[in-house]
Amino acid sequence: MDDSGSKETAREIVVPGELLSTKKMRAGPGTFVEGGKIYAAQLGIKNVRPDGVSVVPLAGQYIPMRDDLVVGKIIDIGPSNWLVDINSPYPAPLHVNEVPWRVEFGETSKFMNVGDIVLLKIVDVSETKRITVSMQDSGLRKLTGGMVVEVSPSKVPRLIGRNGSMIQMLKNETGCRIYVGQNGRIWIDGDLDNIVKAINAIKMIEEEAHSLGLTEKVKKFLEQNTGKGA
Amino acid sequence: MGGTPTDLKLIDENGRRLDGRLPDEMRPLKIEAGVLSRADGSAYVEWGLNKVMAAVYGPRECHPRHLQNPERALVQCNYNMASFSVDDRKRPGPDRRSHEISKIISEALTHVVFTEYFPRTSIDVYIEVLQANAGTRCAGLTAASVALADAGVPMRDLVASCAAGKVADTVVVDLAKEEDNFGQADIPLGYVPRTGEIVLLQMDGDLTSDQFNKGISMAMEGCKKVYEVQRDALKRRYEVRSAGTELEVLGAAPAKEGM
Repeated sequence: MDDSGSKETAREIVVPGELLSTKKMRAGPGTFVEGGKIYAAQLGIKNVRPDGVSVVPLAGQYIPMRDDLVVGKIIDIGPSNWLVDINSPYPAPLHVNEVPWRVEFGETSKFMNVGDIVLLKIVDVSETKRITVSMQDSGLRKLTGGMVVEVSPSKVPRLIGRNGSMIQMLKNETGCRIYVGQNGRIWIDGDLDNIVKAINAIKMIEEEAHSLGLTEKVKKFLEQNTGKGA
Repeated sequence: MGGTPTDLKLIDENGRRLDGRLPDEMRPLKIEAGVLSRADGSAYVEWGLNKVMAAVYGPRECHPRHLQNPERALVQCNYNMASFSVDDRKRPGPDRRSHEISKIISEALTHVVFTEYFPRTSIDVYIEVLQANAGTRCAGLTAASVALADAGVPMRDLVASCAAGKVADTVVVDLAKEEDNFGQADIPLGYVPRTGEIVLLQMDGDLTSDQFNKGISMAMEGCKKVYEVQRDALKRRYEVRSAGTELEVLGAAPAKEGM
């Protein structure tokens, strides 16, 4: 029900350079075309759809994309900007014009300091991967309290689930407030017991990201642990 | 003719080599992917008596900054031999040989990685030779390409590597230590199996052009076998995982499966 391929075909793991298709079809993410044939570019799971073929990666760094929601950490302060680590090869400067407050020149540290966790949106990624982030959109803000856990960015789609089914269930079952950044950082706030439970569930999802029927498994896991407290 | 003189009979009357292999036979090869948890990707290779570990970090921000390329990623490789990897203790630290090997391996890998996807970054590859027995640059390149794939780096293909050489006037594949020391020639080869491209080629010693061509084709055949093992190692990593038994296998000594 929530597996990302068709149910009949077994999940085939492909390695870089493996031939995916000789037919003319759309070459999706994680693939490349050479001499009219489609090959896998990454280690991942082959995903064949009627309109094309793609590879769902099993590992990899987070590469920023426009309109992604990310959980960042302030690592440096300038007089008119903050430097945010968004768990990618590229640092993201957050300019004072992109925050919801009016900040005078040189007063950036009055608002946010090194180590603070922020929820941001990637506004733009240039050709040379220069990144612009913003905190001016509904829901974007500085995150106070709570905990941050990291998972491999390639597992984020699985954690969110189809139309957010997985993360919605996690929120309902644990009663925690959870933000999942596309960069693999997850911010969780709630009762300590519930946070621990949510983290365990997240680790389980990461561990078994490519197994079938995961939503059911996680649901069972969460129900078993309900009421135990510790 | 050529090579260091020795009393060793490198090839016997039956055409067998010191360790009993035929000229076109390779040493046993075993690869395991994902052995290090703190690296983005890693691989461990046991090739005969060679033991080599490779770790990949990145793509990550490139330091020092002046090395950054605004159009593509930089594949930086660092080949290092442990001081205990050879009979006489090797003086630790980089030397002429390890510089050279680092350079040719990073060039070989740059050729298959989609560097244009990650401008201004570097992909760092660390190759540690834990035990050496001739052919460590081939083992290192083999391990490095598995580690890169394990790190999820987009590549055109895996690079397989294998050596050929001349021992007692016979062209043989995959030289062992004695054959390398007392043989007449050694040709390490890095090969892209899908396209048939050669991304690494060196030669030490003298060969006639016939011997050279024979050596190259033998090394290519070797590379194809290496490629199969590399592919299996990557696929096995996730198949083992999905069975849910990975921790016992990975936590203890490297799994004794494979070739």
